[in-house]
Amino acid sequence: MVAFVFRRFLSLIFVLFCVVSLTFFLIRLAPGGPFDRERKIPPQIEKQLLAKYKLDGPLHQQYLDYLGDLLHGDLRLSTKYRNRSVNELLAQSLPVSATLGFAAFCIATTGGIWLGSLAAVRRNTPIDTGAMLAALFAISIPTFVIGPLLILIFALKLQWLPVGGWGSWPALVLPALTLAGPYVAYIARLMRTSMLEVLGHDFIRTARAKGLRRTRVIYKHALKVAILPVVSFLGPLAANLLTGSIVVETIFNIPGAGGFFVNSIQNRDGFLLGGVVIVYCALLVLLNLFVDISYTLLDRRIKIT
Amino acid sequence: MNAWRQLWKNRVAKTSLIVLGCVVFCAIIGPLALPARYAALTQNQFAPPSFAHPFGTDLNGRDVLYRVLEGAQISLLVGISGALISFFVGTTYGLIAGYAGGRADSLMMRTVEILYSIPRLILILIFINAFDSHVKQWLAGHGWTRLIDYSKILILILSLGLIEWLTMARIVRGQVLALKSQQFVAAARALGQSHAKILTRHLLPNLVGVVVIYLTLTIPAVILDESFLSFLGLGIQSPKASWGSLLSDGAQVINPIRSNWWLLVFPALVMSATLLALNFLGDALRDVLDPRTRQSRGV
Repeated sequence: MVAFVFRRFLSLIFVLFCVVSLTFFLIRLAPGGPFDRERKIPPQIEKQLLAKYKLDGPLHQQYLDYLGDLLHGDLRLSTKYRNRSVNELLAQSLPVSATLGFAAFCIATTGGIWLGSLAAVRRNTPIDTGAMLAALFAISIPTFVIGPLLILIFALKLQWLPVGGWGSWPALVLPALTLAGPYVAYIARLMRTSMLEVLGHDFIRTARAKGLRRTRVIYKHALKVAILPVVSFLGPLAANLLTGSIVVETIFNIPGAGGFFVNSIQNRDGFLLGGVVIVYCALLVLLNLFVDISYTLLDRRIKIT
Repeated sequence: MNAWRQLWKNRVAKTSLIVLGCVVFCAIIGPLALPARYAALTQNQFAPPSFAHPFGTDLNGRDVLYRVLEGAQISLLVGISGALISFFVGTTYGLIAGYAGGRADSLMMRTVEILYSIPRLILILIFINAFDSHVKQWLAGHGWTRLIDYSKILILILSLGLIEWLTMARIVRGQVLALKSQQFVAAARALGQSHAKILTRHLLPNLVGVVVIYLTLTIPAVILDESFLSFLGLGIQSPKASWGSLLSDGAQVINPIRSNWWLLVFPALVMSATLLALNFLGDALRDVLDPRTRQSRGV
C-alpha cells in the first residue's frame, strides 16, 4: 500500500513536470507576446516589462528559472492582472470553483446512485423506463445547451432563481445542476446495471429468506456491492467536473478558476495559465489516487501492490 | 449483409439513421439551395421565427436556419474526420501494443494511462491556440492560400483526432490480446506468414465490429469537444459557424428583457438530435455486432 502510494506520487510529479513544460513551451513559442497591444509600446518600456516578469534572456534559462520558482511554490505574477501574483488570484478563485465542483459531485453521486437503484428495483416499470430515457437524453445533451436553457426557463421565464453570479445559495443551484446533470445520468445507468446483477446473487436471496425487510436488503446488502463500478467512475467524474466547470463558470458568470483559464489563453498570460493547469492536474491525479485507495477499502478482494 | 438488415429492423436504429440522413442531407444541400438573401447581413435584427425566417434572425440579421446548416457542415466535418483520425491512430496503437505484448505492451499502455490522467481538453485548448498562427504561416508559405481561412478547422480536426484515440487503443488492444492466442493465429504463424500479414489479414477483420461501434461513438464525442471549444470562444469563430459557436452567440444575448430564445433553442435542438441519434446508433450497432452484449444490455 505504502509502495503503491509512493509510486503514484512519483507518477504525479512526472505528469506535473510534463504538463508544466508543455504549457510553458506551447505558450512561449506561439507568436504574439503578453504585452502586444494595438499601440506599440516603446522598446525601453517593453524591455523593463519583460525584465519584471522574468521574460527576458534565452528561452531555456527562462524555463529553468520558472521550474525553480515553481519548486518554491511561487507561481509568479500574472501579466494580465498586473502586480497580482498567480498564487493570490488562485487563492481567490479556487474556493469558488471547489464549492461548485463539490456541490455538483454530491448531486451527481447521490442522485445517480438513488435513481439507478430505484430503476433497478422497479425493473420494467414506467419508473425504470422513464428514468433510463431521461438519462439517455441527459448524457447526449451537452452542458452548454442545458445551462442556457435552464437560465431561460428558471431564471427568465419563471424568475425563481438568479441568472448568474455568485455569493448566495440560490445562485449555486442552477450551475451545480447543470454541471451534475450528465453525470447523474451516467451514474444512474452504471448503478442500474450493476444493481440488477447483484440482486440476482444468492446472498440477496439468503438475506430476504432470513426475513429482512426489502429496503434493508437493498440499501444495506446490495448497495454495498453494487456501488463498486460507481466508485471506479469517481476518478473520471472528477476530471470531467473540472473541465465541465470551465464552461459552467462561463455560462453563469461565476468568478472561479475556469474563467481565468479561458482569459489567460486569450491574453497569452502564460504564468496564470500555467498556475491553473498545474492546480487542475494535481487535483486530478490526487483525486484518482484517492479513488483507487477507497476502492480497495470497499472491496477487500482487490489488493494493490 | 445480415448486420444491415438486423440494424434496419431495430426501430431506434432506423429512426436514428433517418434523422442523421436528414441532417447530413440538409447540411450539404441547404446552404446551396436556399436563396442568397438568407446568407446576407440585413437590418432585420433579432426577428422572431416567422414564415420568411423559420428559425428567426440573429444579431447581424442573418437567418438562423442558414447559420445552423452552415454550422452543421463544420461540426459534422470536424466530428467525422476527427473520429477517423482517432480511429487510425487508436487502432494502429492498439494492434501493435496487443500483438507485440510483453515489455513493449506494458510501456505503451503505461503511456496511455498517463495520458488519461491529464485533462486533455485543457491541453488541447492551449495547443490549438499556440499553433493556429503557425499553421496559417505554414499554409501561406506553401502557396495554399485558399486553405488559410480553414486553418483553425484543420488544426481542430487534427488535434481532436489526436486526443480521442485512447479508448479506441485500449479496446483494440484488449481484443487483440484475446484473439492472438486463438488457433487461427497460431496456424497462420505456422504457415510462415509475416507479422504484417497476420495483423492486417487475420486480426484486423476480426476487429471490424468493435471498431465500427466505437467509431460511431467517437463522432459525437469529437463533435461535443469541438462545440465545447467553440462555445468558449477558442474554436470556430465568426463569421464561420459551428453548433458550439452558435450556442455561444445565443447564450451571450440572453437578457431579462428579451430572451431571443430562438438563437439558443434551434441550434440546441438540431445538435442534440444529431448527438442523440449517433449515440442511439452506436448502442444499436453494439447490439448487432457484439454478440456478448446481445442478451444483457450493458451501460
